[in-house]
Order: sequence, then structure tokens, then C-alpha cells
Amino acid sequence: MPLMTNVTVVDEGTVARVAAELCGEGLWISAPELVRGTGWERKPAGICRGAVCVPIPPLRESEFVRPDGSVNVAALARHRGQAVVHDDTATVWVFGNSDEVRGAMLGSAAAPDFTLPDVRGHLHSLSEARGKKVLLAAWASW
Amino acid sequence: MDLPVWQALHEELAPQGFTVITVALDSGGAADAGPWIAEAKPTHPSLIDIHHMVAELYGWVNVPSLTWIDEEGTIVRPNDPGFAGEYFRGMMEPGFDFAAMRAEYQRLKERYLAAVRDWAARGRASRWALPPAEVRRRLARPNPDHARAAAYFRLGTYLHVQGWRAPAEAAFAQATALRPQSWTFRRQAWQLEEAGKSGGPEFWAAVKALGDHPYYPRQDDL
Repeated sequence: MPLMTNVTVVDEGTVARVAAELCGEGLWISAPELVRGTGWERKPAGICRGAVCVPIPPLRESEFVRPDGSVNVAALARHRGQAVVHDDTATVWVFGNSDEVRGAMLGSAAAPDFTLPDVRGHLHSLSEARGKKVLLAAWASW
Repeated sequence: MDLPVWQALHEELAPQGFTVITVALDSGGAADAGPWIAEAKPTHPSLIDIHHMVAELYGWVNVPSLTWIDEEGTIVRPNDPGFAGEYFRGMMEPGFDFAAMRAEYQRLKERYLAAVRDWAARGRASRWALPPAEVRRRLARPNPDHARAAAYFRLGTYLHVQGWRAPAEAAFAQATALRPQSWTFRRQAWQLEEAGKSGGPEFWAAVKALGDHPYYPRQDDL
């Protein structure tokens, strides 16, 4: 039996806690745990979440999926162009922004949207200011 | 602190179809940024970004950083330091000329605010609104090290929120090593380590080590 560990995965900002098998720089999650924890699911078209389906590269299936249906989510993230890092004990993993998110801005100079809270916790998105000129200003208390 | 300046500019230009959005790059969240926000009484969206997510999206590596976005959601100036300048350097040295610093601050501030007013009034016809090709030239290219640095910084803020200090500091150190140009990574990590350290001797030594290199690189006369 593989040794299962409880890990936290921060994937493009969403945080999931899942039971996973650590295998070098791989992070294998069983099929039911995968759907429950991350929303990813093995389908005929590839590995899918919502409207996004990532086809498995031909001849490289063993890097991403096992016959028992478990999926290497770290390999999937790297394949999507996400930076994959973890702490020394490999119990917290972060998958960075995918190529789609990072590349979106460069072709068209379209300002990437974001949603953040104000001091009272109310959420605001850049897209709500469409139709106005926006001066976006970064500052810090420190 | 710039927040009252941006709020005043927002009040002045809002009738022209203009808004300011401020983003506090503050991993300490409302506890750290809140008092400044309360004092500025913003009527513009004044947001708090504990993971410095917007900095990654817009390629910001310092504060202040300013991005102009037009009515269609297109960037027309990607990244300027505004009226921040090199005038603060040497502030800790004996004999520093504070009057000269204040004069230079005032000069840069008037010039920058005049440029924003010009753009608010004239849009694309403003000489300060950059053509799309120039915007794309100034936008940072995707860089694997920078992407890893941002992921390590996100790891650091997660670990910090959990109260795991040593692992958080290790993650911040990785982020800083992968993107040494990011003063926001470096100073935020110092600040989480110890209140006040972001402006302490380590900071001033790092500024001095820049030598002739600017702390706030500029790409034109704005």
C-alpha cells in the first residue's frame, strides 16, 4: 500500500486539503479524492475541471494517470504551465498561475481582472470599473 | 503615505468618468493596512491583497506602482513609480538635505498628477497614453523564475497565516532569491519577520548596495 499523506494544495488561489501519495516531485491523488478535493476528473477527453479539459499527451500517460484512476496533480499543473513549489516537508504545495492567465495580458495588453476585499471584507473586481478610466495604484503599510 | 493623494485625485477626476483603485500589498491584511485606510477615508475601491496577487499579474516589484487602464479595459501605461523617486536615498546619512528632498518630491508629484489629469481629460490623445506596441514592449515577458518566485511567495503567505514562521521565512527566502528585483517580496518578508524591519538597517544597506542603479527604474520622463 502506498503511504498516503494529508497535503494542502493551493492551486491558482483555491485551497484544497487532500490525501495524496508523495512520489518525488509527483503528487498522486485517488480518483474519488481528486473529484472531492480539487474538482479535477478523469474523462475520455482528458483530465477535466468544469469547462477545462487537459488532453493527456500521447505516450506520456504514465506521468499523469495510473490504471487505478489516480492522477498526478503536480505533473498536470506543470503541464499547464504552472510553477509547482512546496515546503520542505512537502505537506503544502502551491501551483502558480497557468500559462493562460499569465499569457492573457501579453498579446492584447488587456488588463487582467482580479477580485479582492476592501477593509470590511466586501469584494470588488476590476471589471466593475469597465467604462471608466482606472488609475490602479499599489501601496503598502510597511 | 500616498493614499490621501490618490483619494484626493479620485474626488477631483471622478466626474470625468475616472476612478482610482488602490491595492494594499499587505500580507498582514486589514490589521496592517486598515489604520491607513481609515485615515484616508476612501470613497474609491481601496482593496487589500494579502498574497500580492495583483503584483504578480501586473509585474509590480515595488511600491508605489501605477498602472493606467482605459474604458475598454486596455492597459495604456503598464507600470510607473508615479512621484516616487531616488530623493529618499541617503536620508539616513549625516548632512542629508531634507529641503531638497521635499522640493524634488513636490516637483515629481505635480508632474505626475498633471499627467493623470491630462489623460483623464484627453484619453488616447494624451501624450502620456502609450500606443499598444509600446505597452506590450514594457510588459514583462513570462519568466519561469518569476513564476516560481510568485508561487514561493504564495507558499510563504499561506504558511505565515498558519503561524508556521520558520517554513514561511524559508519560502520567502526562495521567492527573493528567484526574483531579487522584487522589493515588495523582500520588504514584506522582513516586515512579517519583525515589525519595522522593512525600513530597518537591512533595507538601507540593500538600497546603498544599488550604487548607481535606480531604486525606482523609469522608462521615460514620467
